[in-house]
Amino acid sequence: MTEALLQVDGLSMRFGGLTAVHDLSLEARAGEITALIGPNGAGKTTVFNCITGFYKPSAGTLVVSREGRLFALEHMSGHAIARRARVARTFQNVRLFAGMSVLENLIVAQHNALMRASGFTVLGLLGIGGYRAAEREAVEFAREWLVRIGLESRADDDAGHLSYGDQRRLEIARAMCTRPALLCLDEPAAGLNPSETHGLRRLLASIRDSEGIGIVLIEHDMGVVMGISDHIVVLDYGRKIADGTADEVRHDPAVIRAYLGDGEDAA
Amino acid sequence: MAAIKDAAVAAGIAAALFLFFIGVHTVPRGGVLSVETRWAAFGVAVAVVFAGRLAIDLLFGLRRPTIRVAIPERLRGASRWVGPALVVFALALPFLPFADRRVMDVAILVATYVMLGWGLNIVVGLAGLLDLGYVAFYAVGAYTCALLSINFGFGFWACLPLAGLMAATFGVALGFPVLRLRGDYLAIVTLGFGEMIRIVLTNWVSLTRGPNGITGVPRPSHFGLATTPLERVVFLYYVILLLALATNFITLRLRRLPLGRAWEALREDEIACRALGINPTTVKLSAFAIGATIGGVAGSFFAARQGFISPESFTFIESAIILAIVVLGGMGSQLGVVLAAFVLMGIPEWFRELQEYRMLAFGICMVLIMIWRPRGLLAVRTPTIRLRRAP
Repeated sequence: MTEALLQVDGLSMRFGGLTAVHDLSLEARAGEITALIGPNGAGKTTVFNCITGFYKPSAGTLVVSREGRLFALEHMSGHAIARRARVARTFQNVRLFAGMSVLENLIVAQHNALMRASGFTVLGLLGIGGYRAAEREAVEFAREWLVRIGLESRADDDAGHLSYGDQRRLEIARAMCTRPALLCLDEPAAGLNPSETHGLRRLLASIRDSEGIGIVLIEHDMGVVMGISDHIVVLDYGRKIADGTADEVRHDPAVIRAYLGDGEDAA
Repeated sequence: MAAIKDAAVAAGIAAALFLFFIGVHTVPRGGVLSVETRWAAFGVAVAVVFAGRLAIDLLFGLRRPTIRVAIPERLRGASRWVGPALVVFALALPFLPFADRRVMDVAILVATYVMLGWGLNIVVGLAGLLDLGYVAFYAVGAYTCALLSINFGFGFWACLPLAGLMAATFGVALGFPVLRLRGDYLAIVTLGFGEMIRIVLTNWVSLTRGPNGITGVPRPSHFGLATTPLERVVFLYYVILLLALATNFITLRLRRLPLGRAWEALREDEIACRALGINPTTVKLSAFAIGATIGGVAGSFFAARQGFISPESFTFIESAIILAIVVLGGMGSQLGVVLAAFVLMGIPEWFRELQEYRMLAFGICMVLIMIWRPRGLLAVRTPTIRLRRAP
């Protein structure tokens, strides 16, 4: 068993009087898919927003350990988490740069590397330095991902003109173009048809196996969750009620109760 | 029947408006104002609206004008040679037979606003930060140039970069407090910033000489190139033309650099930018700073050309006109800014013969453009990079 890539300890998030997440601990390992499931309003997206720096947690620590270095996410701003700790994410409601082309979306994702190559714009503006070569490389990397998600022929179209399923895949590719160590996917299968869902499962499994990165996944589609997750964490009302493999979670009475309710309507 | 109903609605709206515009009339009578009613004229006006609306409905059908978003394919291809053709035309303009003093003055005015439009286009069109106080940077540039040359004897060419630098500093100073704001809120704060600069210029009499303004700003030295007054105007024209073209060149290059793409990404979705590791703070500040620099350089030119500046030249209406140029041109479109600057600055100058009807003609032009091209004259965005060469 590898060392945890993401270690969450005692995470709590309160909004005024509402405690969305209470004392949650979990870990995600590299080369594994960790699913975060639970009924609506269980606090799954809140956990994501804490991991990716969109919320500052009320309590607890979130640590990414990558290449022997530790990053305390609770002290970092969102863009630093993406850039330095290499945590990438997608959104529940797709957030592409709709007015820009598909290729541009993937190039913007490589912003920080290209920014360095362009001498923070100064050299690039003067046309000196290795910016052109760096840009060609970035385009090549983007093309590889476009081939992987089957959108190479749409590269020069506006991202906003893609079908919903294509947009979802493009958002994953865009996140991957930041070369992340940890990929957080917020309901990637929402709104997909069965064949697209099947394609998504294969894509996620191939990312895990070929890139060796950690994936954390929020998902309601149990077919996807049970089929590809190495490890499942179940939340209910902001608390962790189960943690284990697909089989363990499936037969956990607390999980069944959370999803289906108590048989005797105990109130 | 639907046509009659539609016409009745139009007549109703007209009646509500005309009731006070036409129906009631004030006349001075022996030193006091008294109110007269003009029901006949009112009735005729409403009837005209009713009949006109009915005629339009019957002739063209009840369909509203469809909003065309896409530009025809052939126009898209045309934009490839229209730009260079315009540059050639602009360079040759002083040698054309009709280029008298008046034409050159209008050309300088248009070129100044083209440059300002391009500068604001970076902030509003590319980075999507609605800035209603852009004239502040124009003013900062103009006053920097005027004060440096009056007090320290700096020449125009030395003032130019310093004015740009000063404006950039103000751009960053404005940028910091408004980093968290977007849309309407940002617009209000920038509007306030523009007014602040103007009011400071008016009241800081010991430095700026207040509302009297600064006179005697030296003209740009022309290296002995110009002798006659007309030649001097032509020289000024080339100065602003080259400054504007440099602005365009830099902007087009920036669009293809990561910084420019980050601006556009920020306009599209700030949250997604953060999730991709782009620092919105630096991206926004760079847009403000570069946009302000361009405004400052243009302001410095303005001061040197006029020889006289006062806070009067930097009122809110200037910001509004520059913003109108950007919006009318089609947000983010470089060529659109040129066309819009022609329409907004050139047409009112040409219509001077119409005198008091000038602004009316101007207003009609604006309305027509908004009907035909609601997203601006040239609302087409070409990708900054393509996987395949364009066909």
